[in-house]
Amino acid sequence: MTDSALPDATPLSEPAAKRPRRYALPWQTRWLGVAFIVVLLLAWEIAAATGAMPSLSFPRMSGILAAWWRLVVSGELPRELGDSLWRMFAGYFIGAALGVLLGLLMGYFRIFYNLLEPITEVLRPIPSPAYLPIVILFLGIDDAMKIFMIAFASLFPVLINTYSGVRSVDPIQLQTARTFGVAGRRLVWQVVLPAASPFIFTGMRVSLAVALIVMVISEMVAASSGIGYFILSAQRGFQIREMFAGVLTLAAVGYVLNRLFVAIESRVLAWHYGYTQQQRH
Amino acid sequence: MSGRGPTRPFLRLSGIRKEFAAAGGTTVALNGINLEIARGSFVSIIGPSGCGKSTLLQIVAGLIGATSGSVHFEDHKVDGPPPGALYVFQQYTRSLFPWKTVERNVSFGLENRETLSRSAIAERTREIIGLVKLTGFERHYPWQLSGGMQQRVAIARALACRPEVLLMDEPFSAVDALTRVGLQELVRSLWRELGLTVIFVTHDVDEGVYLSTRVVALTRAPGTVAVDLAIDLPHPRDQIATRALLQYLDYRATLLAQLFADEGLVAREVA
Repeated sequence: MTDSALPDATPLSEPAAKRPRRYALPWQTRWLGVAFIVVLLLAWEIAAATGAMPSLSFPRMSGILAAWWRLVVSGELPRELGDSLWRMFAGYFIGAALGVLLGLLMGYFRIFYNLLEPITEVLRPIPSPAYLPIVILFLGIDDAMKIFMIAFASLFPVLINTYSGVRSVDPIQLQTARTFGVAGRRLVWQVVLPAASPFIFTGMRVSLAVALIVMVISEMVAASSGIGYFILSAQRGFQIREMFAGVLTLAAVGYVLNRLFVAIESRVLAWHYGYTQQQRH
Repeated sequence: MSGRGPTRPFLRLSGIRKEFAAAGGTTVALNGINLEIARGSFVSIIGPSGCGKSTLLQIVAGLIGATSGSVHFEDHKVDGPPPGALYVFQQYTRSLFPWKTVERNVSFGLENRETLSRSAIAERTREIIGLVKLTGFERHYPWQLSGGMQQRVAIARALACRPEVLLMDEPFSAVDALTRVGLQELVRSLWRELGLTVIFVTHDVDEGVYLSTRVVALTRAPGTVAVDLAIDLPHPRDQIATRALLQYLDYRATLLAQLFADEGLVAREVA
């Protein structure tokens, strides 16, 4: 079959011919920001080396990096981080899965909304550290407590966004599915979830940051391993370089997790970016 | 009728009335619609905007219920989307699933409706995509295509399920004039080749007369049948020759006169 028979047979998607790109100068790119970080670290180094800052609580950056490297090589830091990440992901995925499930039920069935909306609004504003003591009473101080804390805190952003996503599914899409006799579980898998997925991803991204925070908090309050525990016990043992090394590790982990999330999101939601861009024309 | 196929009632609308709740009471959108539609016919429903023609189509599709009256599809009373009838929405950009490729959009109904093997689904999908002349665009997303192509995807998606009846709600109102001609020819040829029954809602009298074997004009709300006209133009039709036929102009004049009179406009060209 050829398409020449019809006048509208040219796809709009053909990528526009790439303009010859001239090289961007460093201050026109993100390298400017990277350079800024390097400058700050150098200033830190100088401030600590000249004694402009109290050296005990403010060690030289080179010393912190050396300590970090020792901790990595010795396997101590990777071990603590491994414990932390396992708790974090276990809690995060449980919380996110429940959030999607409850958000779906609330968005789909009025009765679930009426049942669960008030309790959601009551529980959601409580800062997680506030119910940590209660959770310790019930679950002790082991992994179960931390996973529960992380899951509970991760639940709400996903739930609320999933609910909004389900409510905003285009009624024409639902009607289309109906005309094809698609209902029930198939409707959810084939139409509702994909249509709501941009919202769900937004919620999951918020929850990822929340999960990291709650992980550190719960490890600082009660734990015998994990990066939060490591930072606090380093501070208590006056191992200030090690303490900073732990914080530095968290910065790196947070950065990598977010980049990973964005990479997955832009793959899964490639259609969404294309679609919304097209709608704007 | 044009003489195609048997004329026993295939689709029967009896005493359709539709009310909508409105501020300070109810408004009647449709009242006392009785229609019998033969298998294989191409029926256009025309009328001024707001006359309830789209509402009527949605009632036939089982998407909304009538306040009173009934729709029978052969011997079955319609109380939900009937499997033999598929609906093509005016808003193709919203009715196609943007997360599915053209291929997956077209096979959507097949995957969900029938117990076909994967290879049979792929086979029929390919065949239908060829029929609407979209071969080569299987892996594109709908939003990467032009409006006319998107509407062809929507038509293909419906045809893949081999419906007996195609219900089309102003399907070409959002595309440019040339694209519209292309789509009109496509739908006419599909109708003839596949032996479909088509109910086609449009506000365009010319489009209705050109495409159809019968045109039903509704009055302003509450919509009732004002004119029910068999279009006895020869097949195959031609965008230029058919539209120049005296008979064509006669049909057109009758329908326009009705619409203009209904709107309180003077139909000078009829006089």
